Amino acid sequence: MSEPVRESMEFDVVIVGGGPAGLAAAIRLRQLSPDLSVCLIEKGSEIGAHIVSGAVIEPRALAELIPDWKERGAPLNTPVTSEDMLYLTETGSLRVPLLDKVMPHMANHGNYIVSLGEVCRWLATQAEELGVEIYPGFAGADVIIERNRVVGVVTGDMGVTKEGTPGPNYQPGMELRARYTLFAEGCRGSLTKQVMAHYDLRKDVDPQTYGLGIKEVWEIPAEKHRPGLVQHSFGWPLDDSTYGGAWLYHFGENLVSYGFVVGLDYANTWLSPFEEMQRIKLHPAFRQHLEGGRRISYGARALSEGGLQAIPRLTFPGGALIGDSAGFLNVPKIKGTHTAMKSGMLAAESVVEAMKTDRVEPGAFTEKVRRSWLWPELRSARNIRPAFAHFGAKGGAVYAAIDAMLLRGRAPWTLHFKHEDSDTLKPASLSEKPFYPKPDGKLTFDRLSSVFLSATNHEEDQPVHLRLRNPSLWKPVNWDVFRAPESRYCPAGVYEAADEATNPHLQINAQNCVHCKTCDIKDPAQNIDWTTPEGGGGPNYPAGM
Amino acid sequence: MKILVPVKRVVDYNIKPRVKADGSGVDTTGVKMSMNPFDEIAVEEAVRLREKGAASEVVVVSVGVQKAQDTLRTAMAMGADRAILVLSEESPEPLAVAKVLRKLVEKEEPGLVILGKQAIDDDMNATGQMLAGLLGWGQGTFASKVEIADGHARVSREIDGGTEEVSLTLPAIITADLRLNEPRYASLPNIMKAKKKPLETIEAAELGVDMKPRLSVVSVAEPSERKAGIKVGSVGELVEKLRNEAKVI
Repeated sequence: MSEPVRESMEFDVVIVGGGPAGLAAAIRLRQLSPDLSVCLIEKGSEIGAHIVSGAVIEPRALAELIPDWKERGAPLNTPVTSEDMLYLTETGSLRVPLLDKVMPHMANHGNYIVSLGEVCRWLATQAEELGVEIYPGFAGADVIIERNRVVGVVTGDMGVTKEGTPGPNYQPGMELRARYTLFAEGCRGSLTKQVMAHYDLRKDVDPQTYGLGIKEVWEIPAEKHRPGLVQHSFGWPLDDSTYGGAWLYHFGENLVSYGFVVGLDYANTWLSPFEEMQRIKLHPAFRQHLEGGRRISYGARALSEGGLQAIPRLTFPGGALIGDSAGFLNVPKIKGTHTAMKSGMLAAESVVEAMKTDRVEPGAFTEKVRRSWLWPELRSARNIRPAFAHFGAKGGAVYAAIDAMLLRGRAPWTLHFKHEDSDTLKPASLSEKPFYPKPDGKLTFDRLSSVFLSATNHEEDQPVHLRLRNPSLWKPVNWDVFRAPESRYCPAGVYEAADEATNPHLQINAQNCVHCKTCDIKDPAQNIDWTTPEGGGGPNYPAGM
Repeated sequence: MKILVPVKRVVDYNIKPRVKADGSGVDTTGVKMSMNPFDEIAVEEAVRLREKGAASEVVVVSVGVQKAQDTLRTAMAMGADRAILVLSEESPEPLAVAKVLRKLVEKEEPGLVILGKQAIDDDMNATGQMLAGLLGWGQGTFASKVEIADGHARVSREIDGGTEEVSLTLPAIITADLRLNEPRYASLPNIMKAKKKPLETIEAAELGVDMKPRLSVVSVAEPSERKAGIKVGSVGELVEKLRNEAKVI
């Protein structure tokens, strides 16, 4: 296709992504400098449409950004009232005693159970009141780099047909030019990937390691609902070498958030995060909460688990990476909203300073992060996730307790990640198949009925947004060695190995994609490139997610 | 000629509607809302008529809550020139909407009103017909093709087993069916421009229309779940099951 003629618009700052980091940055920019033109684009059909999180959030950053958030009606309505960490065996569970001493990161006093999608929708109204221009339904398709400086992004073309030719409703993407561009795409952002590669931002840091979170929202009978209850688990059904666990939060009007996270450095190619997530609901510790209820929503998203050691260089000429695009998640706390927001706020402050002196790179951002509470928080947490990678689930838990009680996060050493998550799978012949029970349609479900609840839709007539860099690699690597792991780790049934017996080949049902980015991360040949589909496509998560 | 296009804010067509636990209606809290798809087709048709020179102005109107202004902005981003929001309770009934529209028609004096044939939330399929009745205008419902010439609208109507051609003397009412056109994307520059287009807000009470509902909802229930199918091994087994289990042959 020939290069289309693009319209172009100029802003002071363009922000890619309407999650907590992007919205916090936008709000801070207009608070500090009400004359700045700030444009935020979001690939979801509306703000919140692509947001999935547990979520128990710490209101620290929010209180710094909007001190009167309570009066302004921020949807933080369910304070945490009780909290358990369970170690599961197949039929029983052990409660971790003295949780606030042994796992102080897990103490949730003063925190709130929220729907992060709702929080983002609320943040967006605050941003718009301050004059931020928010455009949902537009995906960032390309980064504009001129004279080695990022000068904006190009939004995706609309109305391109399957064959890649302009259709009757063709609408070329637009150049959004900016003095500074902030990437707030969340974990494994597609433009962030381009920027990281161009400026070699990951030089001298640990490889990023990821997790995949899968979530359901349930509505349960009122008499069973205990708002404020937080329950986490580790152990069964994962083996000792696989990092992960489940959560269950009672919140809102008879709602329960249930979900499961697995570290994407898992080794067993037969493991299916989706089916693990389903079968944990059959455990008595979870079943008792959900039985009699009905599932109303489903979603999935990858998250960055590398912590401090894996945070790349944060700035480059013309902009910065914020939130989980950079990887600010506090893993042992399993929280990233407050850190994402804080990083967005600090980036905004740095951009305003850089603008005053017309500096190309908002370099003060890195220094501001190091001097804020963000850094010591992530620093004291830095060894816990790698300890699980080094010592297994039980060893990791013991390490975490020692780290908390004796070292108080100030260990003189730092544990490192050595492998990309795409390198950790063992061949199918060397791995054991877990037993996954058939869905019962009451507590457990199959993939397709789940994706249906995510209200996912993509315009049918458009090029496949999941691209194989080299299609001929699939058979010898993914099939012959690993037996199509993508058909198991994809929580949306996008990848199917078809004609297994006669002529195995990969079928990609891109329309089902819930934008979790796991394939881009875990594919053993690093052959799958997740690019943005037409804006407005993907899941339409309702409030509650 | 001026064209008036009424649009409704409804639960987005991608969303699986969820019935409230007490069966009083569909839960819309936090659910994505957007323009009724048939109304998008109506807006597109009106904009195309203006682009072809058959009309001079496209005015969109919505009767509903404050948030319906987002829907009006979308219509203006697609090309409508200005908008009127008539504030009322959520989901007013077709007769009340038709009465509001009659008042606006008297004020705006359009030569044509194009509506979606029905809204996907309550599937009433009534507002256009009621408005035609109230105004005493001709109507071309379920339109799949519209041509304007010499003070007439020639409308192809989708009817059972074919199409029917009708000729209406303007002013007239047209309701849009699915095949009338494929609505365009609102481009980013046009969304930006739409923010600056005029949007007038009035209260339904100012028009002197009684918006009180005349219908009462007895109960709303989700369709009962279908049982999963089974695979049969042979024709014999199929016949046996149809005869003895399903008892249909």
